[in-house]
Amino acid sequence: MEITFRLNGEDVTLSTEPTTTLLDWLREDRGLTGTKEGCNEGDCGACTVMVTDDQGPKALNACILFLPQLHGKAVRTVEGIAAPCGALHPVQEAMVDHHGSQCGFCTPGFIVSMATDHLTGSKDHDTTLAGNLCRCTGYAPIIRAARAAEAAPIPEHMRDTPPSSFPKNLGGAKRGQSPHALPTTSDELAAWAVEHPHGTIVAGATDVGLWVTKHHAPLGPVAFLHACDDLKEIEETEDAIRLGAAVTISRAMDALPYEELREMFRRYGSTQVRNAATIGGNIANGSPIGDSPPPLVALGATLHLRRGDTRRALPLEDFFLDYKKQDRAPGEFVEAVTVPKRPDRLRVYKLSKRADQDISAVCGAFYVPLDKAGNADEPRIAFGGMAGTPKRALHTEAALHDQPWTIASVERALPAMARDFQPLSDMRASAEYRLHTAKNMLLRAVMADTGAPLSVAEVRAEMRA
Amino acid sequence: MSVAKPLPHDAARLHVTGAARYTDDVPTPSGTLHLAFGISRIARGKVISMDLAKVRAAPGVIDVLTAQDLPAENDVSPSNHDEPLLSDGTVHYLGQPLFAVVAKSHLAARYAATLGEVEYSEETPILTVEDALAADSRFEDGPRIYSKGDVEAALTAAPHRVQGTLVLGGQEHFYLEGQSALAVPGDDGDMVVHCSTQHPTEIQHKVAEALGVPFALVRVEVRRMGGGFGGKESQGNALAVACAIAAARSGRACKMRYDRDDDMIITGKRHDFRIDYDVGFDDDGRLCGVDFTHYVRCGWAMDLSLPVADRAMLHSDNAYDLPTARITSHRLKTNTQSATAFRGFGGPQGMVGIERVVDHVAHHLSFDPLRVRQANFYASPSHVQAMTAAAGGGPPGEVQGTKKVQTTPYGMEVTDSVIADLVEVLAERSDYAARRAAVADWNAKNPVLKKGIALTPVKFGISFTLTHLNQAGALVHVYADGSIHLNHGGTEMGQGLFQKVAQVAAVRFGVGMEAVRITATDTAKVPNTSATAASSGSDLNGMAVKVACDTIRDRMAEHLAQIYQVKPAEIVFAEGRVRAGGDDISFGDAAALCYGARVSLSATGFYKTPDIEWDRIKGKGRPFFYFAYGASVSEVVVDTLTGENRILRTDIIHDAGRSLNPALDKGQVEGAFVQGAGWLTMEELVWDDKGALKTHAPSTYKIPAVADRPEIFNVSLWDGENAADTIYKSKAVGEPPFMHGISVFLALSHALTQGDAYPALDAPATPERLLNTWLRCG
Repeated sequence: MEITFRLNGEDVTLSTEPTTTLLDWLREDRGLTGTKEGCNEGDCGACTVMVTDDQGPKALNACILFLPQLHGKAVRTVEGIAAPCGALHPVQEAMVDHHGSQCGFCTPGFIVSMATDHLTGSKDHDTTLAGNLCRCTGYAPIIRAARAAEAAPIPEHMRDTPPSSFPKNLGGAKRGQSPHALPTTSDELAAWAVEHPHGTIVAGATDVGLWVTKHHAPLGPVAFLHACDDLKEIEETEDAIRLGAAVTISRAMDALPYEELREMFRRYGSTQVRNAATIGGNIANGSPIGDSPPPLVALGATLHLRRGDTRRALPLEDFFLDYKKQDRAPGEFVEAVTVPKRPDRLRVYKLSKRADQDISAVCGAFYVPLDKAGNADEPRIAFGGMAGTPKRALHTEAALHDQPWTIASVERALPAMARDFQPLSDMRASAEYRLHTAKNMLLRAVMADTGAPLSVAEVRAEMRA
Repeated sequence: MSVAKPLPHDAARLHVTGAARYTDDVPTPSGTLHLAFGISRIARGKVISMDLAKVRAAPGVIDVLTAQDLPAENDVSPSNHDEPLLSDGTVHYLGQPLFAVVAKSHLAARYAATLGEVEYSEETPILTVEDALAADSRFEDGPRIYSKGDVEAALTAAPHRVQGTLVLGGQEHFYLEGQSALAVPGDDGDMVVHCSTQHPTEIQHKVAEALGVPFALVRVEVRRMGGGFGGKESQGNALAVACAIAAARSGRACKMRYDRDDDMIITGKRHDFRIDYDVGFDDDGRLCGVDFTHYVRCGWAMDLSLPVADRAMLHSDNAYDLPTARITSHRLKTNTQSATAFRGFGGPQGMVGIERVVDHVAHHLSFDPLRVRQANFYASPSHVQAMTAAAGGGPPGEVQGTKKVQTTPYGMEVTDSVIADLVEVLAERSDYAARRAAVADWNAKNPVLKKGIALTPVKFGISFTLTHLNQAGALVHVYADGSIHLNHGGTEMGQGLFQKVAQVAAVRFGVGMEAVRITATDTAKVPNTSATAASSGSDLNGMAVKVACDTIRDRMAEHLAQIYQVKPAEIVFAEGRVRAGGDDISFGDAAALCYGARVSLSATGFYKTPDIEWDRIKGKGRPFFYFAYGASVSEVVVDTLTGENRILRTDIIHDAGRSLNPALDKGQVEGAFVQGAGWLTMEELVWDDKGALKTHAPSTYKIPAVADRPEIFNVSLWDGENAADTIYKSKAVGEPPFMHGISVFLALSHALTQGDAYPALDAPATPERLLNTWLRCG
């Protein structure tokens, strides 16, 4: 595929295989070795680069970013963070002054993340830097540096713009020459998908990237979604929000009016992952441990699928048939998900070994409306990590329905959980722990209505009297 | 001019601009080939057949090597010659390299390496401590035992006695830069190796042995590592040796880097331990005797397991004067990755053992654990003197009767303890007592979220226990323009060694840092070096550099004294100038004058640590030149519905002696603490029942992320100098602060305390383990 992007202020046009990663190209072809390979799976952030597109600048992991995903965008690597005259960027100065580097290997990734935050004005460093791992410093000096640089003016060269000219459409018109496509509308995508029913659709590549970097899997024909503007739309009506499949988790997080969903998304992957990963991708891959399906199922979301010109809609939970098996025909793709707007009674609990940027052992979501008597009225409960798919707790829901929403009646309903789920043991958690904590999450959901502090995140150290 | 300056790391500017080069960033000659290992998919058995036709036919493959293709030694072991580079037909663990692919690109090599068709005859693997004990699978003939006094009698006579067991998981190093090497063949059999290693000399030796050439033909260069933590002491040997063999065979440069998953599956980690204990104590919590049994899971090859297990024994007392003690250590051989060096080198495991014992004793007596700790600390020298004078009752750490000097369980006198004083200051500064009371109040009011707080001390022995390793060399040149070329045997892995040693050189010559050029570690400049390990880097190399600098400076002074008609002692080197009586010239002019007068401006320096001698079989002697001290207080909160938890606040005071660079030393303390806390909390290694490591990438193995550092994190250095004669009275700082993480572990255990049952928490204290402990004690 012939693509054009801007690299550290300079336009680059090149011909590439669809699965060459930006990291490999930078290091091996371009001779820019500042960007590091730490894990090659998007979990450490040593390869962080800043990518600017029509939605602004964002940090992304270069190790699972395929070159075609950059078409029409601007990329800035650590080599392009200091000014062209060589003057250090404020975050670079601060990292030197505050001793924020020791071995220095994670530092380029931190610098790019920090410079991106500096550009966007983000000051929640604990959240935005959760995707940059450091093994030397214990992070304290890095945060000191990030804070110290906050007020410094933004260097002009950091304001990237897309390349001056590039062909918008690498899809339809050129499909004759290459099976790979970069469609600009969902109509083009639909046509391509029918033509290549066993092709691979790449949105953010936060999962597909690993098929390539870790499993050496051939992807066959590939269609990249990021130029499909209509799939990136967010439409809000009076009673629902419709998210196009290619809406990133970062944008979904801001768009959905549920506080605990936002907090869960804050811990979903990392900034770099949320900036790439899409809501459609997280649903379409059908993972039993994807974090968006449980809350969306609990809210009663509807999934929209499309094959050619045929569209259908189904309750999200019905899409997940079995482990790695979804209700999706060859050539069919996820077009959107509609999330109803309801009073914010959603409770979401994400349980993992590490609080941030970790895959859930269990993710529980609870939407329990109350009737006038204070009884649970058609509660919807869904879990990830408890079965081969994201799954509703139908027995538990039935046991709660029309019962007083109290600890006592929840305790009576708890045994039903064992009928809903027979979880597995793996490296994240044992089956017993999963079931026990799933029950406790339901207890927490009812306790939450009493207003007591229930999250370790809300607690502070004891202070001198 | 003072050496102690909080200057930035010498490469800080290179780090932040991406210009710092690591092994994989070194520009390679054209035609460079890339290697990847094909690895075993079973943990134990024999290879019946290996069909590599598809590997050879894969795109880009140039060559495939098996054990039969190796020119000389098939061994990459640092110790016991029991670690073949490529399997000789026996499989010892799941992940063992069987063959090596040489290909035109890294990706081609990695892909081809997955295509081997291997037939095995599988045997039941020995995976756990219990498996190994049942099979009597071990290194050395039987357990090592170190003891002091009659522990049996002391236990029998003690007013109180408790027993317990503690399981401690291992730890993946997770250096951000994976293992990597580049071998470039030279003239007439020469081989140059660039490698990410803490031990260039060992790489040199292993490469030479594998090629069948004298050491002198191999040169190893290391500018920096992207983290080491012990994981690059011996674990880089395989890559360097494989690259050198392939380079010799092909005549082309060969390089190799492990993909992260391969790195975690192939290389060794921190040893996991089971520790059984039996302790006797009196009504005041004074320990009468402790009997420890260490079960050390060493993995398949000996590697460095014996000194690691020894060091665990040597830290079974931590900061406490044990009247009697016995430590029995079983070094168990299992079909898992060969456990290796990791920051603390066994010390942390031994130390958690005694800290658990003290905590258990306190729980039994319903005491604040701090009281038990203070009742048992090694006395400070000041207390010893005060005691001799006052001859009566005294403060905690009292020295009884005529016994003025306390000794460790291995017979070393402890004469430099600052632990009692340091802990007193820390307890005050952190407001420990009031916060402990506030934690109790919180716990009485909150049914779900429970808090805990703990204060734990550290006393860590400094020196390699293999005494002959305590030597170092340096090479210093002063050029005729006054610029200084600095080289020594230590390696830079982020700890700031190069910066600290350069500060020493700058002070010896009285010049600014800009005059000192730090250069890559190179076996051709300083030979026969020890690994940069055991926290020894600045102690050993700082001294060697000082010697080299002083040799040159004395020669210069002697010559300049003649010119200016003063005594050599009156020549002053300061502020980039050399002053002789009333005359004052630049250091560069001084160097030029000396050059013109045919004065040698190049010198080596050599240092060996004095006063140490150690018999590791008897367990007696003075293995350490001195001890480094410190203490930490951590407060945590645990969710008793799920076991989720958070560190709320940590305060640390750490003893770095007269720090050579307080900023870098503080950085070591902060980083080590978080790494230590990670080991004991979220970092969990999980193997399945076939011996496959299931946590082999950061997606499944979780090191602390940014928000896992304590929300309030106060770190300061103890104001004191090393009693031992070290470089500018500083103390080693790499490993000791790692063990401050223990305060987090015991704070978590404190949070789980409810009623009479002791919350005997195992590590890592994952949310699941915390919840299970909570439920067990409820």
